[in-house]
Amino acid sequence: MSIKVLYFASLRETLGYSHETLTLRPTIATLGDLRSHLARRGGVWEALSEGRNVRAAINQEMVGPDVAVNDRDEIAFFPPVTGG
Amino acid sequence: MNCVSVQEADFDPGTETEALTVGRTDVGAVATFVGLVRADKLGGESGGASGEISAMTLEHYPGMTEKSLEAIVAEANTRWQLLGTRVIHRFGRLLPGERIVFVGVASSHRSDAFAACEFIMDYLKTRAPFWKKEDTPEGGRWVDAREADDSAAERWKT
Repeated sequence: MSIKVLYFASLRETLGYSHETLTLRPTIATLGDLRSHLARRGGVWEALSEGRNVRAAINQEMVGPDVAVNDRDEIAFFPPVTGG
Repeated sequence: MNCVSVQEADFDPGTETEALTVGRTDVGAVATFVGLVRADKLGGESGGASGEISAMTLEHYPGMTEKSLEAIVAEANTRWQLLGTRVIHRFGRLLPGERIVFVGVASSHRSDAFAACEFIMDYLKTRAPFWKKEDTPEGGRWVDAREADDSAAERWKT
């Protein structure tokens, strides 16, 4: 399974990445699984650890951690929004 | 007509308001909201450094931003009898006093126009993927999300 992951705002700056393409093992089924997988990279990636205030979207729709991740999805992680 | 724009350029609130009613006689009420960059004290509500914010940069998630604003407008149309909506949100570098956001709602009666205008702003604040970064003498500082914005959006759920 191949997905694109985007990072925005303070999270993008902390991680030093705006996007990456990942090939995932089938054990990563949900958005929550993906987030834990990324946080386990350690160091700056702990910004994605459980308990940190991070929001996420799949294919440009804000969703919760239990939503399934599918091949070719566009996933985004970002801090709570501050527009308006 | 519903129309959403995400742009760097400024907008003219008068022109946008007028466009909501041009050529029609069924509109009895237009409610508009214009959001501006405030020259807040540095450090926001928590205080700290002295001086004022000299500029602000708005980042957004191209594609999702437009989709989320369209979804918010669609939701407003299911809740109230609306005859037209216009939402404009700017991104990029903005100075204090500059316009950031415009929401205009046309309806037959004022109650629907007022309510929908406030609803769109409250939902936009918590759902549209924009992030503000303030310019300070020490460099950029990301603005923290406010809990008051979450509760403002929550109250529409009842």
